[in-house]
This record gives sequence, structure tokens and C-alpha cells, in this order.
Amino acid sequence: MKISAFTATSAVGVGKTALADALAQSRSGLRANDFGASPLPTWIGRVDGLEELRLPEELAAWDCRNNRLAWLGLQADGFMEAVAAARKRYGPTRIALILGTSTSSIGETELAYTQLADGAFPADQQRPKVHTPHSLSLFVQQALGLEGPSETISTACSSSAKVFASAERLIRLGLVDAAVVGGVDTLCGSVLFGFNSLELVSPEPCRPFDAARNGISLGEAAGFALLERGRGPLELLGYGEASDAHHMSTPHPEGLGAEKALDDALARAGLAAAAIDYINMHGTASTKNDEVEGALVARRFPGTTHASSTKGFTGHTLGAAGIVEAVISLLAIETGLKPGNVNTTTLDAECGPQIKLRPARGEVRHALSNSFGFGGNNCSLVFGKGAAE
Amino acid sequence: MTTTNKTPTLYIEGPAFWAATLPGWEIASAVFRGDGAPADPPAKRPSPQLLAPAERRRAPDTVALALEVAGAAVAASGRNAADLPCVFASAHGDLGINDYMCGTLAADPLLLSPIKFHNSVHNAAVGYWTIGTGCMAASNSLAAYESSFASGLLEAAAQCAADQRAVLLAGYDMPAVGALASVTTSREMLAVALVISPTRSARTVASFEWSLAAGALPATPVRSDAARALRVNAMADALPLFEALARGESESLSLPLSATLSLQVQLQPELQLEALS
Repeated sequence: MKISAFTATSAVGVGKTALADALAQSRSGLRANDFGASPLPTWIGRVDGLEELRLPEELAAWDCRNNRLAWLGLQADGFMEAVAAARKRYGPTRIALILGTSTSSIGETELAYTQLADGAFPADQQRPKVHTPHSLSLFVQQALGLEGPSETISTACSSSAKVFASAERLIRLGLVDAAVVGGVDTLCGSVLFGFNSLELVSPEPCRPFDAARNGISLGEAAGFALLERGRGPLELLGYGEASDAHHMSTPHPEGLGAEKALDDALARAGLAAAAIDYINMHGTASTKNDEVEGALVARRFPGTTHASSTKGFTGHTLGAAGIVEAVISLLAIETGLKPGNVNTTTLDAECGPQIKLRPARGEVRHALSNSFGFGGNNCSLVFGKGAAE
Repeated sequence: MTTTNKTPTLYIEGPAFWAATLPGWEIASAVFRGDGAPADPPAKRPSPQLLAPAERRRAPDTVALALEVAGAAVAASGRNAADLPCVFASAHGDLGINDYMCGTLAADPLLLSPIKFHNSVHNAAVGYWTIGTGCMAASNSLAAYESSFASGLLEAAAQCAADQRAVLLAGYDMPAVGALASVTTSREMLAVALVISPTRSARTVASFEWSLAAGALPATPVRSDAARALRVNAMADALPLFEALARGESESLSLPLSATLSLQVQLQPELQLEALS
């Protein structure tokens, strides 16, 4: 199944070029937290310009930070034009829209709670389709003029990885001819103060796989991909989905769910672990995730595999992390750029030789992207270099 | 390009249902057939046996609802929950926790409870389900506003058909709480579940053909007063299918996925050995 268009917008900038430049130059997009009225002492991956962005008149009823970021992300890299061409090719009802998000428009609901009049939302917040998880997909469906099946996947930090699996099934079964997949999550009080309450937030820029790592940096991002049946230069080769069956907010100590997802993804791709040239790891810089995931990569991959976490560039963008890191994996295949880890200085001794601090260049035939979420929800994706049409 | 490959016939096992007035499939199916009366007084809240007693009391409403029907569906299917990939659908997630989160953030964000925060993720219910049953298969949690059941059914059917593996589907929503009730219209509690299998088994209650249809087709209406009273819940788009399963007749159902697309389901009941005896 081919990927005919893709894009990502995050703290390092709008679109693929800004992202590729940041990755090549090991330039982090994190900044000291300046979000909200009483910012916690942490670092964030904030997207510039959302406060001033205005949605077009016909979409104005959808206004909220998350939908603004979705709109900004859709403008980049000719993505809307690629979807418009697909819509012409297949018809709007033959293109599915499957997006992932962990918090969708909850930031707007938080805002409405500071504006209550007699315990009720004020008139301009009487927008039931905004104050609900499906807001993101309803908005994007209208913005892109799509009429195929649409769902919002919300499995925390694996959300926008799993969208590839759901889309692949609909296309394989012939229910649709193409799918727009992706995800958008924005900074909001729920995640900043929520992760803080779990003591998972670092007071410094996050340092994935560093021996002295001390927590995550939250971020926001939007990313999209257009999936179509057939061969192409970039292909989705496999996906794996599995559950930890262990704990709501702590990974399985031996990474069994993550390993099941990896095995499923490799099996569907028909590849051995050694065929993977680049791994974009989940690598949140939380003590536990990196310990478990580092051990998994160390025991399953040869020392020559190049692996890194890009959370130091973008922050942990939660429900958008899957698509952002899928885009980074696709860029690795397209350009040969294998990113390093930014902010990390001393790798944890328990990590294997796969995890690299510095970027490298070389042919990437196959890339793996890992996304793991609360509730023990794991997804691995395998992308590959396909046949040019 | 409107050609659609024919999707494979799939099979339904273990329909499960919970609402305060219809607490369980036995009473719900009888009422939908016109053979019984709703519970009076209504039940308070489901009490899923999967959770330990202390957890059962502390569980958010959506977790209690989802685990109750998921457990009933898997028990009725005779399958092992640990083997079943699961698709959980909810239009709004836990509106009680959303109200708590937004209220606390407006008042004093540093007081946010870490347990409430990790329970606030949309996939909390399916997370607790996989933890409680030891299920390491794929698990999913999705939302699609007022088409959340139909979208969950499409997701589960696609997964079942694509991988030729039985899938558990659960759908649940709860009433809006606090200030959210001034904008979110969901009321009452409603939860449904079933197992979709690629093959017929001794526990099959119905087979179904399924396809997508473009155009503004009218949704199959609910027929019973008891189901009509539950249309205030955001999972109400599940009601026509469960009414049809209760009636046990061959039927064509149209479940809207949006204003311009619907999931068409041709339901064919299986003869039940119990019913013949």
C-alpha cells in the first residue's frame, strides 16, 4: 500500500522541510514552558502562530487550538492539493478519514469552564461538535470535502500510529480506495497538569535514553498521510497492535506488549529484524519507558541498526506522536537521513549500540516506528522503499 | 469508481446490553420482543465482576458500563477474553471525569488527581479490560460522535474480516455531568457489546452481510418504547441492531456513519438449539 503524500507540523516548524532541517542539524524545538496562565517549570514543544491563526469563514464554527493546528498542518507540503486530486480520482465517498488524538478539543472545553455563566457554557461555546473527541475528524472531513467512513482513534500515545492499521484494513477489503490518516494533539491544561500529577514531567528539556533522564517534555503537532492501494516509492509494509495487559500508566516491565506489536509488524511486512535500517523509538525520556524499550531494541536488533527517539526535537506530542514519527520514518527512507537524539549526552548503560546520539546518512530501505500509550496500548509500523511507478 | 468488493459474511455471538431500565440482555431482549417490562425501579449502575470489589466501587461510570457488557458478551460467546482483539467505542468518553478535569483546572490545576488523569484517557475502559482479562491482543478505542456504534461496528467487522479472527466490540456512553450538560446532550447510561466471528459457531445468534452505501439514507428507526427512551444517550445508534437481534427476524438495517454515508447490515438470524427444545 503506497503513501502518496505526507506532512507534519510541530515545534520545529511547518511542514517536512523544517522537520528535515531540524533533524539534520540536531536542532531541538523545545522551549521553557510559556503556555497558559501559570506555567509549570518544564519545557514544551509549542507550535508558533496558533494564537493569531483564523480559520476560513465557512469553518469558523470549529475554532479551537486543536482544529487551528490541524488547519495549519493541512496547508503544508501541498497536502490539501494531493487530497483534492485523490477526491477527483476516487470520489469523496471512497476516501476514509481516520485520525488519532488523545485530547482533541479538550483545551476549548477547559476554556469554557473558565467562562461559565450560571453553571452553563456561554453562547459562543454552545458547540457540541467541538466539545467532543470526534471534533478533530469532523472538522478535517469538512475541510477536505471527504465523505467516506471517518473515525477518531483515541488510544493515548499510540492513537495516530493505529490509524494506519485501520485504514489498511478498509482499503484491503475494498470498502474504500484511499484513506487520509493522521493525528493532531495540542498543549492544554489536562496534559500539562495531568502528566505533572503523575510526576512524569521533566523540569529540563527531555533527554531520551540518557542515564540521567528525568521525565518527558510535552509537545503539540499535526501530521497527515494519504494512503492508496498499489505500489509506490514509499509503502506501508506492516503494522502490529498489541496490549500490555499490565497497568494503566506504566509499561509492562519486560515490554511484552511492545514486543508482540513488533513481531506482528515484522510478520505482516515479511521482514526479519535485521532488515530494519532505522528505528524511530517511542523514547519518551520517562525512566520506565526508555528502560523497557531500550532493552527490547537491544535484544531484538543487530548492533548495526540505527535507532533514535525524536522526542527531544518535538516534545512528546501524545496522540500526534504516531504520525509525526511515521513522517520522520518516511523522510528517513526518502532522504537517507537517520536522526540522532537531541539533548541526550550520556546514554544509559542498559541501552544497546543501536541508539545513536548523532544523525547519520545512509540508505534506509525499511524503517520501524514505535508508539506506546497509556492503558498498555502498543503499535509498531514498518515502512519501506517500494517500486517507483 | 464505485465498485466494492463483496465483504465476507460475518457472525454475531453473545449480544450484551445494559441500561438502567434494561439491565442485561435477557430483560432487554424480552422487552424489545414485547415479552416483558423494563426494570422497576431502574438499576443504579452495573457492577462488573471482572473488577475486585473495591475497584468496582471506584471505577469511573464508563469503565463499569464497558466491562459489564464486554464480560457478558464474552461469557455468552463461550470464548476466552484473553484471545480476543477488542474495539471499544464511545462518543464522549467519561463525561464525569472530563467535568472533574475541566473544573479542577479552572479552580486549582495543581490539585489534579493523578488517578483521575490516567482514567481520563478515552481508552481507559479498554485498558482496564485488557488488564483484567490478561488480553494482549490488539485493543482499540474510538469515537465518532452520534455514529460511534456504527463506526465501531465497521472497525470491528473490518478487523474480523481482514484478519479472519473473532473480535469483541463494546459501545457505551453516559450522561453529561456538570457544566458539560449545558452543551453535551447525552443522558442516561447505555452500553452494548457483541462478539463478531469470521465463522459460524454453536453460539452464533445471527449472520450478517455488510456494505457501505452513499447518499442520505434514512436511519433504521427504533421500534419499542423502551428503546425510544434511550435515544437520549450518545450510543443510541446501537439500538436498532439490538432490537433486531432480539426479534430474531431477517432484516435490513441502515446505520448512519454521517449525513451522507451509512453502514448497511443484512441480518439473518440463526436457529437457536435452545429455542427448538
